[in-house]
Amino acid sequence: MAGNNKTSKQVIQGNEACAIGALAAGVTFFGGYPITPSSEIAEILSQTLPLVGGRFIQMEDEIASIASIIGASLAGAKSMTATSGPGFSLMQENLGFAAIAEIPCVIVNVQRAGPSTGLPTQPAQGDVQQTRWGTHGDHSIIALAPSTVLECFTMTIDCVNLAEAYRTPTVLLMDEVIGHMRETVVLPPRSSYKVVERRTPDPDTTDYCPFECDGTEVAPLGAFGGAHRFHVTGLTHDRHGFPTMVGEEVDRKIRWIVDKIEDRADELADLEEFETDDADVLLFAYGSTARVAKSSVRALRERGVRAGMIRAKTIWPFSRKRLKELSGRLKLIVVPEMNLGQLIIEVERAIAGTVPVRHLGRIDGHLFEPDEITEFVLREVGK
Amino acid sequence: MSQAIETARTYLRPSKKLPTVWCGGCGLGIVMSAMIRAIARVGCEKNDVAVVSGIGCTGRLPTYVDFNTLHTTHGRALAFATGVKLATPSLTVIAAMGDGDALAIGGNHFIHSCRRNIDMTAIVANNSIYGMTGGQYSPTTPHGKKGTTAPYGNVEHAFDVAALAVGAGATFVARSSVYHARELDKLIERAIRHKGFSVVEAVSNCYTSYGRLNKYSSPVDMLRWMKESSVTVGAAEEMAPEELEGKFTRGVITERELPEFIESYDGLAKRLASDPAAIERVKGIIRTFDETAERLNAKG
Repeated sequence: MAGNNKTSKQVIQGNEACAIGALAAGVTFFGGYPITPSSEIAEILSQTLPLVGGRFIQMEDEIASIASIIGASLAGAKSMTATSGPGFSLMQENLGFAAIAEIPCVIVNVQRAGPSTGLPTQPAQGDVQQTRWGTHGDHSIIALAPSTVLECFTMTIDCVNLAEAYRTPTVLLMDEVIGHMRETVVLPPRSSYKVVERRTPDPDTTDYCPFECDGTEVAPLGAFGGAHRFHVTGLTHDRHGFPTMVGEEVDRKIRWIVDKIEDRADELADLEEFETDDADVLLFAYGSTARVAKSSVRALRERGVRAGMIRAKTIWPFSRKRLKELSGRLKLIVVPEMNLGQLIIEVERAIAGTVPVRHLGRIDGHLFEPDEITEFVLREVGK
Repeated sequence: MSQAIETARTYLRPSKKLPTVWCGGCGLGIVMSAMIRAIARVGCEKNDVAVVSGIGCTGRLPTYVDFNTLHTTHGRALAFATGVKLATPSLTVIAAMGDGDALAIGGNHFIHSCRRNIDMTAIVANNSIYGMTGGQYSPTTPHGKKGTTAPYGNVEHAFDVAALAVGAGATFVARSSVYHARELDKLIERAIRHKGFSVVEAVSNCYTSYGRLNKYSSPVDMLRWMKESSVTVGAAEEMAPEELEGKFTRGVITERELPEFIESYDGLAKRLASDPAAIERVKGIIRTFDETAERLNAKG
């Protein structure tokens, strides 16, 4: 790595870019457990954190890993963990804790094919709905999906920023291809990205309510060891953080942890559009699949199909806005995913039957071939 | 004002959070007050203490005490506490757990915490049963004793909590009971003062869910059992194994020095900070998003 600082461009892996992004965003605590294909993130942070005033720990399992980052976040540190499917499954319990207790933290999930041990070294996009619904009970989540090595850097920063701003766990939904792929990148300068610090309570406040949820503003979060002592629990709680069974307070709390994110779905939506100006056939893709879908759009246009692509960078909350806007002139939407139909559910909900939506799934641990998507679309449009 | 009332007023959260959820005759109030007296004697500022718990009756303990308090998921108190301590080492971190919480669902976190030797204190309130859920047998229910899921008597064998902690590498391990409340607070105090991971097993009683099923006539009867069935570590050394049958030992079981995790980690960080090769390596990684790109952009 030492030589890189002398060159303009560098060739790095998605997992490396993610770890560097964490440092850029000000992460000072990482608790993790080894798992393919995410381990490089832990390795790089174990090497770098001690030299930048942070701390790294390898916990006994993924349950403990996410617990440790929630604890560290509550003590004031920007915190992150990284894992893959089996570990992500173990994290669901405490992901729900972070959601209800509104503790900022970042979980990187470098997806591999599942279920269970599945294909540890092969990519998949099978954890998309798990990210949204994996933990029990109503809640919401923010999840971003990078398609390039550069985005592994920028979206890790985004995930940290969004976690801090909205007091929520956020998930970087990478996949094995993005995690292990090496690309030539020029990482952007510090001046080109913002780093969000969490809002903290006024030290002089005498009635600090860490769980205020009656407005649209996310309440400031104090740190253990700071000016205010407060209680944090995974039980439904009142605005001070103490357990409550009062129906009205419970209702308000749970609606709040959903609405503070879902109400901002359009605002948080980040998407890339490619050739959508005149498109009547839309490919809706994300992650490494979108890289392939882009070449399919070009190929389809050569064959006379007016194809375009939306690439969702924000997976959760899912914004329906752009799909609805485009739906009037679309005659077909194709959703290629490395699963048997996950984000397509949201596309269908957005379109509400106004445009035919077709799924192309691949679950053998391999990326789509461009021809595969192209030919699928050609068949669907009758060419 | 008596000292006890003053301590309670200082360390218990005012107003609506009392009474506790605990049943009459429960030992957990004694464990909580022993913990408070210990903290008071160590002289920690309330803002500098974090009390972390898991789920169950003991899990509710942090609700009542006026510190930084964190009521986590079942079994995970020590894993959360680890993060709290590593992010802010100046905090005195205490994890309060029941036997099921610490040793069944949290058993893995418990042994690894013992092994790591992070400067924290684990208090295991051991009442030999899952009380909150109504009396199911736990990892410390003695062989033959009853639980609602061991209606004919427990066919499993119990953990010896202190021995488990010693075996897993804890550098301070002590045990007492809620009958021996004054001894208990002294041991918790020593545990907090100990540099490294400390475990205090507080043998407690759950009359509602365990006592009644196992033919104790009252909570007092259970306290009497603690008095009669325990011997000090010193006395135990003079006794034959058959005399110790069915008894538990009280006092400091292990106390030793071992490099503490954060001291080791920070010592390492300090050494790396004066190691040019290490700095260059890390600079190489970090510069990739900072100075290099900045220079590049300047060149256009």
